[in-house]
Amino acid sequence: MMPFNSPDLGPAFPEISLAILAILLLMFGVARNKEDYHSVANLGIFALIAVFAMVCKFCDESSATFGNMFVADAFGSFMKLLVVSGSAVSIMLASKYVERERVMRFEYPVLILFATLGMMLMISANDLIALYMGLELQSLCLYVLASIQRDTIRSTEAGLKYFVLGALSSGMLLYGASLVYGFTGATNFEAIATSLAAQGAGVGIVTGMVLLLAGLAFKISAVPFHMWTPDVYEGAPTSVTAFFAIAPKIAALALITRVAMGPFGPLVEEWRQVIAALSMASMALGAVAAIGQTNIKRLLAYSSIGHMGYALVGLAAANAAGIRAIMVYATLYMVMSIGTFAIVLMMKQKDRMVEQISDLAGLGQRQPMLALAMTIMMFSMAGIPPLAGFFGKLFIFQAAVNAQLYVLAVVGVLTSVIAAYYYIRIIKVMYFDPAGDEAIDAAKDGRLNFLLAVSTAVALLFIAFPGPLLTSAEAAAQALLK
Amino acid sequence: MMTFPILSLITFLPLVGVLFIFFVRGDDETVARNARNTALLTSVFTFALSLYMYAGFDKATADFQFVELIPWMPEVVNINYKMGVDGISIFFVLLSTFLTPICILASWESIEHRVKEYMIAFLLLETMMVGMFCALDMMLFYVFFEGVLIPMFVIIGVWGGKRRVYASFKFFLYTLLGSVLLLLAILALYGKYGTTDIPTLAGVDVPFEMQKWLWLAFMASFAVKVPMWPFHTWLPDAHVEAPTAGSVILAGVLLKMGGYGFLRLSLPILPEASLFFAPLIFSLSVVAVIYTSLVALAQEDMKKLIAYSSVAHMGFVTIGIFTLTQQGLDGAMFQMLSHGIVSAALFLCVGVVYDRLHTRDIDRYGGLVKNMPNYAAAFMVFALASVGLPGTSGFIGEFLVLAGSYQVSTTVTALAATGVVLGAAYTLLLYKRVVFGELVKPDVRAMKDLSFREVMIFAPMVILVLWMGIYPSSFTKPMAPSLEKVITDFKADIAQPEAKP
Repeated sequence: MMPFNSPDLGPAFPEISLAILAILLLMFGVARNKEDYHSVANLGIFALIAVFAMVCKFCDESSATFGNMFVADAFGSFMKLLVVSGSAVSIMLASKYVERERVMRFEYPVLILFATLGMMLMISANDLIALYMGLELQSLCLYVLASIQRDTIRSTEAGLKYFVLGALSSGMLLYGASLVYGFTGATNFEAIATSLAAQGAGVGIVTGMVLLLAGLAFKISAVPFHMWTPDVYEGAPTSVTAFFAIAPKIAALALITRVAMGPFGPLVEEWRQVIAALSMASMALGAVAAIGQTNIKRLLAYSSIGHMGYALVGLAAANAAGIRAIMVYATLYMVMSIGTFAIVLMMKQKDRMVEQISDLAGLGQRQPMLALAMTIMMFSMAGIPPLAGFFGKLFIFQAAVNAQLYVLAVVGVLTSVIAAYYYIRIIKVMYFDPAGDEAIDAAKDGRLNFLLAVSTAVALLFIAFPGPLLTSAEAAAQALLK
Repeated sequence: MMTFPILSLITFLPLVGVLFIFFVRGDDETVARNARNTALLTSVFTFALSLYMYAGFDKATADFQFVELIPWMPEVVNINYKMGVDGISIFFVLLSTFLTPICILASWESIEHRVKEYMIAFLLLETMMVGMFCALDMMLFYVFFEGVLIPMFVIIGVWGGKRRVYASFKFFLYTLLGSVLLLLAILALYGKYGTTDIPTLAGVDVPFEMQKWLWLAFMASFAVKVPMWPFHTWLPDAHVEAPTAGSVILAGVLLKMGGYGFLRLSLPILPEASLFFAPLIFSLSVVAVIYTSLVALAQEDMKKLIAYSSVAHMGFVTIGIFTLTQQGLDGAMFQMLSHGIVSAALFLCVGVVYDRLHTRDIDRYGGLVKNMPNYAAAFMVFALASVGLPGTSGFIGEFLVLAGSYQVSTTVTALAATGVVLGAAYTLLLYKRVVFGELVKPDVRAMKDLSFREVMIFAPMVILVLWMGIYPSSFTKPMAPSLEKVITDFKADIAQPEAKP
């Protein structure tokens, strides 16, 4: 028996605080009148801001705790800042929407808080068990969130579908993890890396690794594990979809990056093929399948599949430039998603939400500012300079070319041209098509306007001030590779 | 070297106009009037500023002048904000700043709805164009190069004709497809040499195998922009559907981006590959000159005819560049400037009658010389310049190109020269059918001659065309040192044995 040592709680301070705050908020919500959504939401935002500040404070330290199961490093902090701010923004995005759609349950922000906690644990996981715990905490919250509008069939269906497929992916991940444990005798990431460096690539360990990566690919919805994405995006309430697009994707991306570069670092030549295949398939499907979509949410689902494909190109490069590119890409992707979803959440026709692309017809004349913002977002997502989205792709392709992954780079740029088609199609509908009968109103919501203004400004002005983001991404990438 | 960032000022001044127009409020009438005035004022001021820069430009040196260098992505990526002009690019800057106010004036009355957005798009376009010609860093070049797509897409798509959606998509996707390969080529160069600085890259010796691939990637981008046959199919659609001013800027400046790219990037950075692929360029250009001239001969739509003639004229430019001789380069450069003004003016000529009759069908016109004598005179100057009559700008360019190509290949010269003949045929036929003949149609008879605004548009262009034709030295002198440097550097690169990596 080992003597009991109290673990050092310092590195996990933000996570522990978030857990306590979330539980307090849950109790507060239960104690208050159930209709009191807004105060819970506001407190949730404050809690996340507080956690953001804490993460900032511990930003540069690199330390491990809980028997080396949990690490806090610059890479983790960078991604956590993204995730935490993404979650806070998601709660802000939801405020008017939940009123209109009558999903004002106080559990909503609380679940987002717990999901965020799960994501932060994922990002900091340094052990297969910690990884799984974080992942499941996050996933369970997400399943519930998808079906939070429980009296509509679509939302329930989305939640159920997400749950069933998510459980399948967890199964694969666990099976892969057990194989990895079986062949290396360790669950700790560093121990696995040491063991793999010694034993090299065997069939068993590669199988385990591929299954593990497949499970993670599910979470970032890389093709061919993307099936759930369009249905869940379409079925879930739009504010929840926004949350799905913004935060969990980034957490899962951070996780897959850490797992690939850390424990499986010695097998880079093996997993590079897997990641490259996932990436090419995602870019191609994301570009082609989105063309036929008529629903904005489904379109954004395919668009996010494509974006994850680009991010994986950076991972396939498997060098500092690639990791840096992933982080820059994730940041810009998050900003663009926030802007786009803010617009989608703002628009309504009479008493229903705008979900069909054809509903946008004539937006350029009726809501010129909204249409302009949407245009900027779409051009940015398509990666047209001088907008921010271009730079995300630029660094990704730079990493790919540096690592001599020319095929990946060529597929990437060609699919980005195909993808440009459906992005500019939205612009075409807004500006070139005659307006429909029903006018589109823009909800008067200060928070949405603020978020939209900020994300538009970032999309426009990133070109002038790329320095800070690049520098911190570089530092974070170096921390991961160290 | 100057500390005052005049190039950035010229580049980004239009954005100031954009901001002003963006915040214009009021009823539609006021907004439209203010937007027009602001746009015109901004663009005229930008033009004046670029003239001021030209006055301070040292015409005797081939070096880059007014260079500005600001680290863009410090510590992480060695990509800089570097601007500078030499004898080649300064003329394109002048061309861009000259044509923009003309475009805005040309749209004064013909654009009636969404004037505000239209003027914003044009000023944005001006920033992108000027920036592209000033950029001395390849990544910066690329950002401006592709950034042009956004305003142009909107201009064609919103203010275009019936098939505007098709034309704008084709324009956008076609050019994007070409330029993304350029991006990869830039990144490949960056990966190998760790810089995207154009003058530095011009000095490195790229291995021949790599050069070939890079050259093809460069070409994919520039050939679409020029456009060279068979990558030209987007051009007639874009021209026909674009509003007049859109066509003017497209023919006047955007097509030159391709030629400028060949001159600025392909030749200095990839000299061996340029020599290696020159026959390919010659073949495509000769086909372009002859084939598109024949196609132009068969057109019933005025804009389409001029669009095809643009492809043919730009064929001369690419021949001239890849003769890799002094005359050829001089000719290509001159031809680009001349074409920039002449084709722009021809599109304006179409715009004038289109504004009155709302058709571009050649057969709907005839006999305009009787009721529109001033118009007929202006049109004649530009038509003859397009034909290449001595005394007009068109002659100098074509003559120099053919003189250059004669040193390289008599066959190419002979075939290209047939294009001159065909060019005369379709242009004069167009002129005859529109301007001469009986003035029978009542609606044509009712057309009024040029208004004061239109005279103000055409007058400077006529003067320029004649000036360039009669006294070309004032244009060739300042560009000579830079072009000579391109050729001497090229010869030096070719002469030294290939470095083994």
